[in-house]
Amino acid sequence: MDAFTTHTGVAAPLKRSAVDTDQIIPAVYLKRVTKTGFEDALFSSWRQDPEFVLNQEPYRASSILVAGPDFGTGSSREHAVWALRDYGFRVVLSPRFADIFRGNAGKQGLLTGVISEADVERLWAAIEAQPGVEMTVDLSARTATLGDIRVPFDIDDYTRWRLLEGLDDIGLTLRSEDRIAAYEARRESWRPRTLPVPPLPTL
Amino acid sequence: MSTPVPDVPAIPDRPRTLAEKVWDDHLVVKGEDGQPDLIYIDLHLVHEVTSPQAFDGLRAEGRPVRRLDLTIATEDHNTPTLDIDKPIADLTSRTQIETLRRNAAEFGVRLHSLGDAEQGIVHVVGPQLGLTMPGITVVCGDSHTSTHGAFGAMAFGIGTSEVEHVLATQTLPLKPFKTMAITVDGELKPGVTAKDVILAVIAKIGTNGGQGYLLEYRGSAIRSLSMEGRMTMCNMSIEAGARAGMVAPDETTFAYLKGRPHAPQGSDWDEAVAYWRTLPSDEGAVYDAEVYLDAAELEPFVTWGTNPGQGVSLSDVVPSPDDFDDPNDRAAAERALQYMDLEPGTRLKDVPVDAVFMGSCTNSRIEDLRAFASIVRGRTKAEGVRVMVVPGSARVRLEAEAEGLDKVFEEFGAEWRFAGCSMCLGMNPDQLAPGERCASTSNRNFEGRQGKGGRTHLVSPLVAAATAIRGTLSSPSDLEPATVGVEA
Ligand code: SF4
Repeated sequence: MDAFTTHTGVAAPLKRSAVDTDQIIPAVYLKRVTKTGFEDALFSSWRQDPEFVLNQEPYRASSILVAGPDFGTGSSREHAVWALRDYGFRVVLSPRFADIFRGNAGKQGLLTGVISEADVERLWAAIEAQPGVEMTVDLSARTATLGDIRVPFDIDDYTRWRLLEGLDDIGLTLRSEDRIAAYEARRESWRPRTLPVPPLPTL
Repeated sequence: MSTPVPDVPAIPDRPRTLAEKVWDDHLVVKGEDGQPDLIYIDLHLVHEVTSPQAFDGLRAEGRPVRRLDLTIATEDHNTPTLDIDKPIADLTSRTQIETLRRNAAEFGVRLHSLGDAEQGIVHVVGPQLGLTMPGITVVCGDSHTSTHGAFGAMAFGIGTSEVEHVLATQTLPLKPFKTMAITVDGELKPGVTAKDVILAVIAKIGTNGGQGYLLEYRGSAIRSLSMEGRMTMCNMSIEAGARAGMVAPDETTFAYLKGRPHAPQGSDWDEAVAYWRTLPSDEGAVYDAEVYLDAAELEPFVTWGTNPGQGVSLSDVVPSPDDFDDPNDRAAAERALQYMDLEPGTRLKDVPVDAVFMGSCTNSRIEDLRAFASIVRGRTKAEGVRVMVVPGSARVRLEAEAEGLDKVFEEFGAEWRFAGCSMCLGMNPDQLAPGERCASTSNRNFEGRQGKGGRTHLVSPLVAAATAIRGTLSSPSDLEPATVGVEA
């Protein structure tokens, strides 16, 4: 997972509240056997509508989503984060996130910053005044800057630290690699091993 | 992160439960400040449904499987139980199986595929190979991993991202479980099996009663169970809301394991047994909760509703929603009776079935098949009832055939199938038609679990057999005297 320090990219206004994970990615896509390649699935029913924000040329390449409150509610599917990430989003800003979604996002390197509702309105207005405008998100300073607007965002210290270090769950555990190896070195020889395959009985 | 830490975390000096001992012996890093502990995983079982994205995640990050020698895969949920030499017809099923085969080949994971003698339900394969043993940690991306606790292992199901985590690190960050002792003392009546005991436990504590707990089954009735019976009990711990169930290892456990392909040998065996004998809970060890059942009071059990906690003795009648004080239970009973198309007050033994399913990771081991055969031998099934017997693994199938059980089943009029999850869940071709009623030895009677609109009554293999003979829910004691209880 790549470390996150600052990110600059096109900001898109998603002027909806209570965007649930079924809207982010409908259940039919859960049958897939991959963990990547979900960009086509993101907001797939909304994207049928030519008027939908991500179908507008300036926002096609956006990487920062500014959304209404209660983003990511509903089913706990991790695919919702995969779809956002695969589309190219690195940051979602919203006044409120569903807990499980936030947890999943932090593990996958997607920054979820909590901003005030007033700031959401200001950012939406500023973006719509110049569609395609870039925003800079600074995780160290916990700020998002667009032109002369600078808004603070909240993120818990632990998730911030993980994002700054670029640690997914596995990366985090592998920081204790020496301890794992030490445990393995003292593990008893009677414990099960699947390899090499012993002679198996014939019947 | 740089403070020096002792290599081996200290073991607390107080009486400990079986679960605490296994936990302490797998501590890689003790979590500080409310952080989870890092626990080592001895055995990782893999199947086609929950592994594809885990392997894809490894691939995306360029990570290998850390311990191929602690990992084993098999195909079970999606495999057909007929025509296994033909391509799988359902596209989603076929894709999952083919993906597992590709991933296993690419990463070097040992895989037992359809057609192989060791293929079968993942929870049947581990114990049969002797990989499941006392005092180890076992995980699998499947909730019925609790089965392996029958050996005194700590075994629980995990999600797909945890599957990836274990593949990459052979560890899991975890917070300790609370412990609940479930003591069943006394002697079980003839015809009362492990399945009846666990259904009675779930009816007693409820489908959420075990939430957050690891259950330890204790008492003389549990000690008297075979390994297969203990596996049946631990298997269904999850239906009481618990992630895991355990039984302390004893001579029954050692005898079952000895000589199996992966069981320790020579001095390793002696060392292992000496250690295993230290595992049972210490005198004075404290559980967070305790439950008692009197074995002598238990009877063959059957579910009437749509969750495994909605069960009663087979000699009872279908309850009425008014029997429940709790308004939620009452509403749930009302819904369940409607779905199950049952009238309150109906004798359960008067309920006719369309199908009998003998199989699943709860009851598809050789002993289960023998119990079923002991009742149906020399009989013919009730007219119009479809009876499917599905061994839990290809090896169980071979064993059964070596004993001639296949002939017993076929003469009885049952379909003798190839190994897999089969009609336990509607993910492969073996499904109930809408409205069909089934007596099933599996573990979940949820709406639509065995096929859309299908109605499931959970029962033991003995009850399944008697029901197949009479065509209505029945226990062996309802049959002609000549066939009662033969080696049951
Ligand atoms: S037999 Fe049923 S419960 Fe067991 S692993 Fe298969 S689907 Fe799950």
